[in-house]
Amino acid sequence: MPSIRFRLNGALTNVEADPDRLLLDILRGPLGMTGPHFGCGSGECGACHVIVGDRAVTSCDTPLSSVENKDVTTVEGLGSAERPHPLQRAFIAEQALQCGYCVPGILMSAAALLMRNRSPTDADVRSALDRNLCRCGSHNRMVRAVLRAAAEMSAP
Amino acid sequence: MNQAAAKLPVSLAANPRLSCWVKFSSHGQVTLSPGKVEIGQGIVTALAQIAADELDVDIGRVQLVRASTAGSPNEGVTSGSLSIQQSGRAIRQACAEIRQIFLTAAADRLGVDAGALDVSDGTISGPGNVQTSYWELADEISLDRDATLDAAPKPVARRALAGQSVQRVDLPDKIFARPRFIHDSALPSMLHGRMLRPERSRAKLAELREEDARAVAGLVAVVRDGSFAGVVSETEHGAEAALKALRKGATWSAGEALPDENDLAAFLKAQPVQSTIIDTRASKSPDKQRTLRRQYTRPYIAHASIAPSCAMAQWSGDRVHVWTHSQGVYLLRADLALVLKLPVEKITVEHLEGAGCYGHNAADDVALDAVLLAKAAGGRPVRVQWSRADEMTHAPFGAAMAIEIEADLDAQNEIVDWRHAIWSNGHAARPGRAAQPALLAGFELENPFPRTISANPPQANGGGGDRNSIPLYDFPSWKIESHRLLTMPVRTSALRTLGAQGNVFAIESFLDEIATVRGEDPVAFRLRHLSDERAKDVIRAAARRAKWKPEKKPGTGYGIGFARYKNTGAYCAVVAEIQGEEDIRVKRLTLAVDVGEAVNPDGVINQIEGGAIQATSWVLKERVRFDSERITSGSWTDYPILRFSEVPEVVVEVIQRPEIDPVGAGEAAHGPVTAAIANAVFDCLDVRIRNLPITRDSLIAAMERS
Repeated sequence: MPSIRFRLNGALTNVEADPDRLLLDILRGPLGMTGPHFGCGSGECGACHVIVGDRAVTSCDTPLSSVENKDVTTVEGLGSAERPHPLQRAFIAEQALQCGYCVPGILMSAAALLMRNRSPTDADVRSALDRNLCRCGSHNRMVRAVLRAAAEMSAP
Repeated sequence: MNQAAAKLPVSLAANPRLSCWVKFSSHGQVTLSPGKVEIGQGIVTALAQIAADELDVDIGRVQLVRASTAGSPNEGVTSGSLSIQQSGRAIRQACAEIRQIFLTAAADRLGVDAGALDVSDGTISGPGNVQTSYWELADEISLDRDATLDAAPKPVARRALAGQSVQRVDLPDKIFARPRFIHDSALPSMLHGRMLRPERSRAKLAELREEDARAVAGLVAVVRDGSFAGVVSETEHGAEAALKALRKGATWSAGEALPDENDLAAFLKAQPVQSTIIDTRASKSPDKQRTLRRQYTRPYIAHASIAPSCAMAQWSGDRVHVWTHSQGVYLLRADLALVLKLPVEKITVEHLEGAGCYGHNAADDVALDAVLLAKAAGGRPVRVQWSRADEMTHAPFGAAMAIEIEADLDAQNEIVDWRHAIWSNGHAARPGRAAQPALLAGFELENPFPRTISANPPQANGGGGDRNSIPLYDFPSWKIESHRLLTMPVRTSALRTLGAQGNVFAIESFLDEIATVRGEDPVAFRLRHLSDERAKDVIRAAARRAKWKPEKKPGTGYGIGFARYKNTGAYCAVVAEIQGEEDIRVKRLTLAVDVGEAVNPDGVINQIEGGAIQATSWVLKERVRFDSERITSGSWTDYPILRFSEVPEVVVEVIQRPEIDPVGAGEAAHGPVTAAIANAVFDCLDVRIRNLPITRDSLIAAMERS
């Protein structure tokens, strides 16, 4: 079995698996990262978003081989209750969800946006999150939370 | 039953033993055990607020126990916007009594009068610096006694937590990705299952070649019983691969015929039905001059949860333990017992959170799948997760509806008689309520159970297809009739609001049409026909907040919608602002809502915002698609929902009435928002859309008709 090497949440990781296996399956299975969620399996809902390099990608249809030697960040690598990412603080401050199943993917899309654009507009945020589906209708709170986090991150 | 039981809140009357709701530990914690479950609506936070408030403890001390048939109070199903009403009132009363029991015991111990004692964060103190606490007394006080109504909850003025926008207790786990969902929970030595289901509606499994699936690495079992088939594997990846192989080896019969998706009204009105007069009101001498008649329809709508349904099951001898995101653990257990032919005592059903379900989706079905697959797992637990396509095609849908309303008008174009008739499948086929099980796998077994034909709850419980069909308006005379289909080619069950979305759409659209005939402002027209001040208040509040009615600009339209959910629940009025050209874009929804006491105002706002946005998605996008024998909307491409860039601004005003018992907010917005958008489309384009959804195609069709 070939070994695929990549950096996962900052830590060098080797996975011995068929390189055609899907990244989400490897993350949730052998690597035990349950943050990225399965929603559709065909890259349509965004619940499985992780950041590869500086882009949010759907890990449910990304083959393992395509992340070789790259940086992969899951929601587990974004922050923790002890050291929250500004986005996570903002999501709590805005109470920006209902059921929360889509949230890990949305946080990663938003984090990728903020890596590229430190001061996004409302329209920028909506455009960046347009590939993420939310069924509960928490969209506007999430957009407010992303803008709040952006403001916090760009504050002197 | 004693006299007290008659007046107890309903959930407490059904589960009067105080210890089944609340327990204290000697190290400073309160365990709260509601029978209702968290489905993203924030209920556990609101219940914790009520308990902490009534007991005078910090909310951080309140630990919530997930519902389980192993010991939770049986509160039926978490549905119908009833959780705050049923569980909330029960917990408030139970905690008031428990507080009093502790105060009486403390008074004995401290030698002071109970009336002189006060509680602060669980510490009970009195004159002369005497003190004890719930925690000190916990071991010597038994709560194994029934509620008596001997103590009353605090007066409104003394509530400290209820009425505050406390942060939700479940959010940190979800934001920091700590496993909390059933999907992320693993049991020791757990196996993985996947289900084989037909693409064609209700096709029978004629032949199944299993060899290729059996050859897949990690395979534990191929399970088949009639048309029920699935695989069990050591890994999730292996289960997916084995299912793929099994699918290739499956030969299915033809599917059963489905209705014409483009003429649902004709289908609904041609079926055998059970007809029920829902309500009548007679007037003395209607001075009828003319009759207006309109027909409105809504399509089948999918729950379309973001997570595919998931469950885990583990057998131990003849006992089985089930983990589920079902809305009713006792009800699911009852149906599992019917299928398995086991006494309920042999089955434990425990809740774990899933994604928002918005009604009866596949949560219960997948639980039976897991139970049946786990029979082949040699005592190991099996986790089953449905595919996206199965979630979108095999789960029950919200029922399509055709609604015909006739209004007789007098010489002044005032409404003198009103007739409302509904054709629809039943809106409820939840498990645990009938002598036959309502679970999908049960219909597929070699010795199958008959397919459930959905029923409607009685009006006293809010009704089903007829929910919100009785006008809240003061018309002098009316007749409301419901025709429930006795055939069911498309499986239907409870979707958020049941029939209320369709009925409110029809009533509120028709009222707008009549106001237009009269040349009367639709807000004034509604207010003139309402005598309920709370109803008028939400309409006035929404209108005021939206600056009704803004000056008409080309390409922009404004519409109003109003309802009181179930005619007994939350009042909600909304003004929709839309932009309409080739496509309709909802720009802003301005809502006013009255739930009585808003236990957690931000929670109420969150629910109303969510309901408004979901309703906008239903109205502009959603429709289950099918051809002659296949549900074809099995993906997000074929069943699109509203996206971030399409979501309107939503403004919510809560009219707080702390003196009035609280009701739920989760379903209040859907009907009014649906109607308000349709009315705004008319205001903008002079086109009446009477068939949902409102899409470019339906606009063109309506323009052609007019």
